[in-house]
Amino acid sequence: MRSAALWGAWAAISLTGMAAQAQLAPFEVVGDAIPKPLTDTPGDPARGRAIVADRQKGLCLLCHTGPIPEQRFQGDIAPDLAGAGSRWSVEQLRMRIVDGTRLNPATPMPSYYRVEGLNRVAPAFRGAPILDAQQVEDVVAFLATLRDPPSQTGKP
Amino acid sequence: MSWRARGLALALLGLAGAVGARADIPAGERKSGALFMSKQTQAMQADDTANPGMLAAAEGEGLWNASPAPGGKSCAQCHGAAETAMKGVAARYPAVHEASGRVVDLDGRINVCRQEKQNASPLARESRELLALSAYVGLQSRGLAVAPPDDARLAAARERGRALWETRMGQLNFSCAQCHDDNWGKHLGSAPIPQAHANAYPIYRLEWQGMGSLQRRLRNCMSGVRGEPFALGSPEFIDLEAFLAARAQGMPVETPGVRP
Repeated sequence: MRSAALWGAWAAISLTGMAAQAQLAPFEVVGDAIPKPLTDTPGDPARGRAIVADRQKGLCLLCHTGPIPEQRFQGDIAPDLAGAGSRWSVEQLRMRIVDGTRLNPATPMPSYYRVEGLNRVAPAFRGAPILDAQQVEDVVAFLATLRDPPSQTGKP
Repeated sequence: MSWRARGLALALLGLAGAVGARADIPAGERKSGALFMSKQTQAMQADDTANPGMLAAAEGEGLWNASPAPGGKSCAQCHGAAETAMKGVAARYPAVHEASGRVVDLDGRINVCRQEKQNASPLARESRELLALSAYVGLQSRGLAVAPPDDARLAAARERGRALWETRMGQLNFSCAQCHDDNWGKHLGSAPIPQAHANAYPIYRLEWQGMGSLQRRLRNCMSGVRGEPFALGSPEFIDLEAFLAARAQGMPVETPGVRP
């Protein structure tokens, strides 16, 4: 009886873990890139731009400055997003959004498509990635359009 | 590794921490959070008639002199005038409570007194009364240097605190150190990132429209990274407080601080 209860608890935990993993589309890392899109629907740069600008979804502008002029109060912790599309390929951008810590464990950049190996995640966010697969593709599609390097003028 | 060797290693780590390890901010570059605030907010803190924390301290003075429970002594009946008896005390906390061997922060020490000496029940963390008393006791150290005691038991707490400080947490996966050691002076959105020195608590925070302890402030950051905050009064927070006191060693106490 007792062992059955333990088995049940173990199974519940395992299934929760599997369910968390199952929420993530499988992807393959090659070098510093994820060559294949996470979804069949191509990323939409306009939707990606909205996610990048949204301080509850992408949160990108808390740390990065980027060419989104209507958004005031952009952060300056991380590199300017301008020119990201010429610095990195789409495949490299996807890797950096999905989980930059695989390339540099010390990067402050959150891993946007990861649920394992995190610490003390609040219950409301547990088991879910910051962005879903389609949102990752949308953000990657937007960043790929940012070909021009940061403007040297107009910066405070 | 034997327990004795482990203890020695921890003590040595503590020593290394005290003199400044890896990514620590050099002593010459340490800046109070007040210096990252607007001139107006700095002026509010500096002027006792404008600093809302002084209202809490004034309330604390009343509590210091009042019996907390029937038959219980007031703080003043044992300690006398806070201006002399409490001078420099808050600057030394967290400290070891000798009778129990536990590391306690100032709020915890106030509650030890209430239970052991004053025939009173402990005050809830973040309660108005406890913040008032800690503001009043803290005020008696204003201008004095943060001076954590040299004690091996504290060194162990500091090292656990440092480990927490450097642990990435939450869905956003940030450690305290990644912002406050590595990126202070830069901006998170529009907000300047301070060095997070614990030399002004309890504070009046404009965002709260009220007083709060260091633990409340730590909980804010943990929620901000979408993490599950430690519980108020938890050992983890005491360890973090012990680490932060060592990190701010020598900086002047500003209690009661005002922060944005």
